[in-house]
Amino acid sequence: MDISGLTIRQASDMLSSGACSAFALTTALLQRIADVDASIRAYASVDTAFALEQARAADDARAKGKSSPLLGVPIGVKDLLNVEGQPCTCSSKILKGYTAPYDATVIARLRDAGAVFVGRTNMDEFAMGSSTENSAYQVTRNPVDVDRVPGGSSGGSAAALAAGEAVATLGTDTGGSIRQPAAFCGCVGMKPTYGRVSRYGLTAFASSLDQIGPMTHTVEDAAILLQVMAGQDVMDSTSLSAAVPDYTQALQGDLRGMRLGLPKEYFVDGLDDEVRASILQAVETCRDLGAEIVDVSLPHTEYSIAVYYIIATAEASANLARFDGVRYGQRVTSGRDPVEMYGATREAGFGAEVKRRIILGTYVLSSGYYDAYYLRAQKVRRLILNDFEKAFASCDALLTPTTPTPAFRMGENTGDPLKMYLSDVFTATANLAGICALSVPSYETAAGLPVGLQILGPALGEEQILRVGHAFEQRRKVEA
Amino acid sequence: MAGAEKRKAGGLDVAYVAHLARLHLTDDEVALFQEQMEGIVHYVEQIGALDVEDVAPLSHTVSVSNVWREDEPSPSIDHSKVMANAPEEHDGLISVPKIVD
Amino acid sequence: MAYETTIGLEVHVQLKTRTKMFCGCATGYGEAPNSLVCPVCLGYPGAMPVMNREAIRLTVVSGLMLGCEIARWSKFDRKSYFYPDMPKNYQISQYDKPLCLGGGVSIDLEDGSEKTIGLTRIHLEEDVGKNTHFGSSSGVDFNRAGHPLMEIVTEPDIASPHEAYAFLQTLKQILLYAGVSDCNLEEGNMRCDVNVSMRPVGSPELGTKAELKNLNTFKGVFHALEYEQQRQSALLARGECVVQETRRWDPERGETSSMRTKEDAHDYRYFPEPDLLPVVLDASQISVWGEDLPEAPRARRSRFAQEYDIPAYDAGVLSADRDVADFFEKAVSAGGSAKAVSNWIMTDVLRVLSETGRRVSDLPLTADALGGLTKLVEDGAVNMTGAKKIFSVLVEEGGTPSKVLDDLGLAQVSDTEALERMVDEAIAANPKSVADYRSGKAAAAQFLMGQVMRLSRGKANPPIVLEMLKQKLDQ
Repeated sequence: MDISGLTIRQASDMLSSGACSAFALTTALLQRIADVDASIRAYASVDTAFALEQARAADDARAKGKSSPLLGVPIGVKDLLNVEGQPCTCSSKILKGYTAPYDATVIARLRDAGAVFVGRTNMDEFAMGSSTENSAYQVTRNPVDVDRVPGGSSGGSAAALAAGEAVATLGTDTGGSIRQPAAFCGCVGMKPTYGRVSRYGLTAFASSLDQIGPMTHTVEDAAILLQVMAGQDVMDSTSLSAAVPDYTQALQGDLRGMRLGLPKEYFVDGLDDEVRASILQAVETCRDLGAEIVDVSLPHTEYSIAVYYIIATAEASANLARFDGVRYGQRVTSGRDPVEMYGATREAGFGAEVKRRIILGTYVLSSGYYDAYYLRAQKVRRLILNDFEKAFASCDALLTPTTPTPAFRMGENTGDPLKMYLSDVFTATANLAGICALSVPSYETAAGLPVGLQILGPALGEEQILRVGHAFEQRRKVEA
Repeated sequence: MAGAEKRKAGGLDVAYVAHLARLHLTDDEVALFQEQMEGIVHYVEQIGALDVEDVAPLSHTVSVSNVWREDEPSPSIDHSKVMANAPEEHDGLISVPKIVD
Repeated sequence: MAYETTIGLEVHVQLKTRTKMFCGCATGYGEAPNSLVCPVCLGYPGAMPVMNREAIRLTVVSGLMLGCEIARWSKFDRKSYFYPDMPKNYQISQYDKPLCLGGGVSIDLEDGSEKTIGLTRIHLEEDVGKNTHFGSSSGVDFNRAGHPLMEIVTEPDIASPHEAYAFLQTLKQILLYAGVSDCNLEEGNMRCDVNVSMRPVGSPELGTKAELKNLNTFKGVFHALEYEQQRQSALLARGECVVQETRRWDPERGETSSMRTKEDAHDYRYFPEPDLLPVVLDASQISVWGEDLPEAPRARRSRFAQEYDIPAYDAGVLSADRDVADFFEKAVSAGGSAKAVSNWIMTDVLRVLSETGRRVSDLPLTADALGGLTKLVEDGAVNMTGAKKIFSVLVEEGGTPSKVLDDLGLAQVSDTEALERMVDEAIAANPKSVADYRSGKAAAAQFLMGQVMRLSRGKANPPIVLEMLKQKLDQ
């Protein structure tokens, strides 16, 4: 069975028609991983026995009359979501030896729907990075060009799709960590509205920015997966109570009657020429599909990276304080007292990028600096949100490039943290404003590198951006 | 920005901040991070250019309040799972190097 | 130069909830270590807090009892510091928007006057785990971690160890009245940090303070403050300075000593807790929570003295415990005179409680029964000797006083014919006492009275007997 490129929809149809069993599908997927992952390193770990056991259970459930679009469908899970009984390393040495005693809420929901968790995808340590070069265990390569990065931090989830070794995967997005690797690897990635999907069980990087989202081959698959993931959760106080609409119902028709905005601040110097050309071509396609295209302005965009790195690192410095070697994970006991144990454990357990961000985050919260950095950043964050609210008052969605450049080469940005940070410039704003965003493959560069079209929607505007993404995706496939 | 000069004079002391965060760093790391951090801090200080006097800080994009639960017990997790994750144990307690105040 | 003492307290009170502050783990004391824990209170990766509404209600109720202003908008913050008993290495607490502001506690001074100790604020936070120390290691039990903890902060209004002690006693009484905490000191329900400084009398500025830790009893607070007062005044008298520092109270040695403190000890890096949304309380919510507010112990004390016309001291004793005070009022309404019921409680009921360690609500004796018993005595249906016997039965077995009266056959004899026979018998059998009486020894009448009581097996109505005796002897 060739499962490379298999979508959730196709897999679901095969399974429900009896064309194949979940066991056979999972076996084929495991074989594909065994064949190609040595050169891609998308998966941090694969638990074959666990995967096959779930596949068998899915087949049994179907035999007993259960049906669900995800029943028996294999899913790859980013290695910072807790799955009971499984490791959850966050690609960090400090969580070596930790076994999750509980399921994240999204995992519990997918489990109930009958999904099969095949393996854990590699990532930048604690989701801090834009290239997956910051994993403590392995470097993941971009299947489109193995000399290039897959993006990050959900690089493993994107690469697994691009290499045909996943049907769908879960990623998390704090400043672009789903959309940027999706753009680099040529797949679909969605960051839902903040609060749309429960964060319970997601190892927090920056709590006010993190969201879990689907990474898939198609926009339809993203809708199917989101359908199961979304909804209020009593375990996450910040999850939204709004009813979950039928997302697949939104994937209909062209774009007539829709107003799409082009924020001029996303088409500035520093944007790669080929990316610009690709996105402008995508905009024309959308116009051709009936959308009205209007110019809009998001004037505070230039401050977004500064605001993002203050808020994200401040929250991270507290979120990562719990990794101290006391209750779980790796402990280094060179010290005579807990203070020395903390220092040694955290020195050995964290990589350089995590340390940098903990230091920056600790600094911006420390005595005498809070008002100038953290408080001020929160105020500018409101200005960024206001910009979006103003834009969405006159537009249904905004079209932008997902990233300023296509996938860069491995090692290209590792020596310059600030340069790496600036690659989040088009994505971090959606997290700061809490709105939803989707990256779908746009027209490739001359060298065949993927480019991502980012579709930004207002809070709880998932249906709108899925509709735009789906219409564009369908037209582009016809064109190709 | 107001007070920028003063902060720069006091400035970011990587060694102090690393100690606050309980991170041991080698001397080389302190030097490297000090240099990298100064660049990053300089970059983020651009937000000082904005007048935000009358802007309310934004902590949550979710504008909801009083999200609470009733005082009803739910199951705890199995002691054996807690201990299996603990690096060291002593009679059901999680063991650490001696705490000195 | 004369110095005066300035003391401020931070009192941590464990709230009486069934579950922890931010997770559904049961609160419990004395359970197997690390058995009441979950991903949330262990600070596991990915776990998130959810507020316990009851803990917020209890804090608001405390604030209302203590005269605080209840914040309409309040939030939680993260307070960062590393310690092995703190699972996340930050504590979810409240920094600049606590649930309650202001308020005060009135205490009685030794000279009989009253003083109000102002409160700065009350905020809600989570407790930490508990450490046990061994030879070269320590062990942590996280059962207590996440227990809701209310921190009551006073203004620096306290001027002496005695005032601090009185404040804590009064506060405890109020919190027990409000039913917000068990206030059990052995179980660590109330713990105290103390700030103490000295300044020249009349100086507007506070002196350099020492912070005292490890104070788990009110006596400990008192003694530590006495020690610290002496230590600081001795330093100042020698012209030396008090160093701002944290000092640990050693109850065994009876002294405080400097704790190793770090330069970063107070750089807590507070910031708003992103995982929790604000608490917004409107007037109607606050008044709903305030509906069942009990009368404060002090108010009750004054009312008792006035309404029931009993001595101030008795009113204080009766109102000290809310259950006892309720018991008293219920017994009075069941028919007894306030003075008589008060006497029963002050002498007999409280003795039984202190002997058995029980609470008044645990006694088989009901307030109705005590009221009924008092009424029987007042109606002359039983004399005091009989009533005491009935009380003993009621306290052990319960029941109604009239039933016990019948069961024990203690009904008082007031029938004059029967009494007259017994009086005559006593006079006839004791000619010497009769002679003594008639020769002026009034005490002899008491002896004869006792004889009549013996003949009646204690059931004779004493005033009637005495009247009869006097009549016959004086003839």
